[in-house]
Amino acid sequence: MAPAPLLLAVMLAGYAAGALAALAARGALGRGLVAGCALVGALAGLLLGAVCLGAGLAPTFTASFLPLTGLALRLDGLSAFFLILIGVVGAAVAVYGFGYTEAYEGRYSLRWLGALLNVLLLSLSVQVMADNALTFLMAWEAMSLSAYLLVLTEHDQPGTVRAANWYIAITHAGFAALVAMFLLLSAGELTTSFAAMRAASLAPQVRDAAFVLALFGFGAKAGVVPLHVWLPMAHPVAPSHVSALMSGVVIKMGVYGLLRVTIDLLGGGPAWWGGLVLGLGTVSALLGVLYALMEHDLKRLLAYHSVENIGIIFIGIGAGLMFQSYGLTTLATLGIVGGLYHTINHACFKGLLFLGAGSVLHATGTRNMEEMGGLIKRMPRTAFFFLVGACAISALPPLNGFASEWLVFQTLLGGSAIPQPEVAVIMPIAVAMLALTSGLAAACFVKAFGITFLAIPRSPEAEHAHEAPRSMQVGMVSLVLLCVGLGLAPFAVVPLLGSSLAGLGGLAPTAVAFTLALPLHVPGTFGQMSAPLLALGLALLLALVPLVLRVLGADRRLRVADTWGCGRIGQTARMEYTATAFAEPLRRVFAELYRPSRDLSIDFHPASKYFVQSIEYRSEIHPWFERVLYDPLLHGLRGAATRVRRLQGGSVHLYLVYMTLALLVLLTVARWRT
Amino acid sequence: MIGYVLEVAQAALALVLAPGLVGLVRWMKARLQNRRGAPAWQPYRELGKLFRKEVVVSSNASWLFRAAPFVVFASTVAVTFLVPILAVPLPFDGVGDLLVVVYLLLLGTFFLSLAGLDPGSPFGGMGASREMTVAALAEPTVALAIFALALSAGSTNLGQIVARTMTAPGAALSPGHLLAFAALFIVTLAETGRLPIDNPATHLELTMIHEAMILEYSGRYLALIEWAAAVKLLIFFSLLGNLFVPWGVSMALTPGTLVVAVASLLAKFVVLAGAVAVLETRIAKLRLFRVPELLSASFVLALLAVTSSFLLR
Repeated sequence: MAPAPLLLAVMLAGYAAGALAALAARGALGRGLVAGCALVGALAGLLLGAVCLGAGLAPTFTASFLPLTGLALRLDGLSAFFLILIGVVGAAVAVYGFGYTEAYEGRYSLRWLGALLNVLLLSLSVQVMADNALTFLMAWEAMSLSAYLLVLTEHDQPGTVRAANWYIAITHAGFAALVAMFLLLSAGELTTSFAAMRAASLAPQVRDAAFVLALFGFGAKAGVVPLHVWLPMAHPVAPSHVSALMSGVVIKMGVYGLLRVTIDLLGGGPAWWGGLVLGLGTVSALLGVLYALMEHDLKRLLAYHSVENIGIIFIGIGAGLMFQSYGLTTLATLGIVGGLYHTINHACFKGLLFLGAGSVLHATGTRNMEEMGGLIKRMPRTAFFFLVGACAISALPPLNGFASEWLVFQTLLGGSAIPQPEVAVIMPIAVAMLALTSGLAAACFVKAFGITFLAIPRSPEAEHAHEAPRSMQVGMVSLVLLCVGLGLAPFAVVPLLGSSLAGLGGLAPTAVAFTLALPLHVPGTFGQMSAPLLALGLALLLALVPLVLRVLGADRRLRVADTWGCGRIGQTARMEYTATAFAEPLRRVFAELYRPSRDLSIDFHPASKYFVQSIEYRSEIHPWFERVLYDPLLHGLRGAATRVRRLQGGSVHLYLVYMTLALLVLLTVARWRT
Repeated sequence: MIGYVLEVAQAALALVLAPGLVGLVRWMKARLQNRRGAPAWQPYRELGKLFRKEVVVSSNASWLFRAAPFVVFASTVAVTFLVPILAVPLPFDGVGDLLVVVYLLLLGTFFLSLAGLDPGSPFGGMGASREMTVAALAEPTVALAIFALALSAGSTNLGQIVARTMTAPGAALSPGHLLAFAALFIVTLAETGRLPIDNPATHLELTMIHEAMILEYSGRYLALIEWAAAVKLLIFFSLLGNLFVPWGVSMALTPGTLVVAVASLLAKFVVLAGAVAVLETRIAKLRLFRVPELLSASFVLALLAVTSSFLLR
């Protein structure tokens, strides 16, 4: 494998050069250098992953080098898959960022934006290759901090600082759990290689504790309910290409970490591990989409959908873990492959949707859907790209979201193979919740696309919107092609994903047979589906129907006229359906969950109450579990902080006493332990 | 080869029969209500008329409004290739299973709802919002009914389910199948816009769902949408008829069995159309916000179906 070290060097050099160039150069040159270097780095990483996966050689190489001793890198199938993921989204984001950041010129620090973007990509790439806890944790922290600073880019906008604070607080709580977890696994020595951790035999209680800590730490990063609260705050306020990267890639590091630790290092565990992951996934998927439905900030809506999709990924992985604990390794592989497939699919369509939302924001200057409309005529290409993303995320065939959701469904249907009926009955419930989730997601994206892009503009900004610049379009097109490609080629993707898992935690070395002609031939699973034939059939029918109509002589006249308005002439944007109105039926159905607050004040005419002068209606939805869960926590924290502050009297002498005491205690402990 | 011919014949039959099926339901309903009613072939005349009329498109509408009827029609027709209408096994059985069928139909609903929003008319938005609500709430029931059937058949592919029930006829009377049938019947009413969820007869009321969504359509576009809706009704009737009571479906693919298959299919359609006509005559439309209750009842039925399939396996 000669090219692998070379590609690794190119990737690292590309990102490093991008970070330095951002600080050195200014203006269009600076933006170009940032985009170019990040693109080189991302493509090198993509190639590196592809070479490794394509060769079927995992692990490819081990490298223990770099200025600091104690850092170790290793590339195996799972790392290769995530390198591809980072490369795909990274490349699209880099190109898009060139055009998108032009508007930041002179307003915000472009130098730091460019430099940190490269640092983020670099730390992500290093992290998935980390081969010991120290490397992993350092890259993790570099990722968290650079993402934090990127969220803060538009620091003068309302809500940005608060969002960034929430993000950094929750991510650090997770970080603490991860450090504890690695200390447990490595018996206190963070430079222990992952190979040694795999070989170590730990007591069941230690393994359970490590799993719970890992689930907390990685769940906080992935944005699993109830640790997701930072996500709908932080993703919208970041620059849109950074949002795409965060939603497409950064939160997926939680998925990577969870797989690395539970499957690879711990080698799977009892059934309740999988059950817990599955349960969290189901709750996240459903709550994510339900809150997304009520959201009218386009980027917040997308952020809530990230919670939903992370939930779907966790459903796949959780089912996989459960099957593994029952020794059903083929089904286990299938579940995890389904999760991974959805991971890369979500990276593509959510990256695309955030880039599309960024173009809309760029053109209209607002994220509020109620002020948009009619953009399909003003920015037709962006509208088309967003529509593809919306169809993909709604799991409509033949796009990629459908392929992976189908796989997850099939895995869950395999649940009847579990010998204990009381456990197996979890699976149909998960099936139902997943189906409800995808139905609601489709409703939500009808709203998101329909209100944003269709009908009449609702504000002057939307009226005068303009198409996105070329570089932004290129970034979106690359992801559109991937959404289509990944949807058409499950027969190629699934075996690749299977091989990326080969050898991890005793999973079956499945060459899951997804042939071009047809489908899954895994014993114990249920259905068959052929995405390419389905797409071909749909395309043929779409072409045939107009042709047949023409041959049969259907009338071809077409007249353009006003929208029918019950005889009323002259339609205005105020007569249109709004996003709030669109979501109203579902808000009523799930009123128990939303518990909306209503505030209605009617201003009557002084002469008679039958004449209304003005009506003010205000309705808000505050996720109640945030109140129930986080308010007491924050309250307690504040109380503890005031109490601790008494120690900090401001007297230097007192501090010296503390230090001496601490030193004495530590020395005694050290002495006592030896 | 005969398989491919049959696939095309099956799809063509579905296309030809579908308007008549809608007409049959209407005629039966009229007779039950002591009206003479239009003959069952009236929908053919209506389609013919619509195909010969010019299209009026709103000035607010975009290309999506013009593309949507074709997407709806194509996705619905694609489903007729995957559903067992006359015979099993057919060559396209492996191209898509029940999940594919459900999501293909959702594809049509998705585009039709978008098209409802496109002209900017409040009617369209209202219809789109309600249609998506009903579709989303019906989804888990369908998935669970599929699960219940798949458990006993060992596959989500429709041909396999039919073949399995034919070889083990006892399965058709198992509680799992019966409950799943009830659940899917309610979903059929919801998905095809029948009473008590939606009223297919009304054209301008604030209670309408499907008709509100397509209010801006006219001419050949409307014809395609109406035709697709009729095909959708036929698809759901075929699912109900052939998955749960598969007898009559040809497995040998010989001319004799195919004639039997067509005859039994028509008989099943008449029975199901009669059931829908009686139902639509007997009950009133539910308030929109009571619809979720009906759908959650069907969900509970489906959940019971799955649980009993699990326990009785």
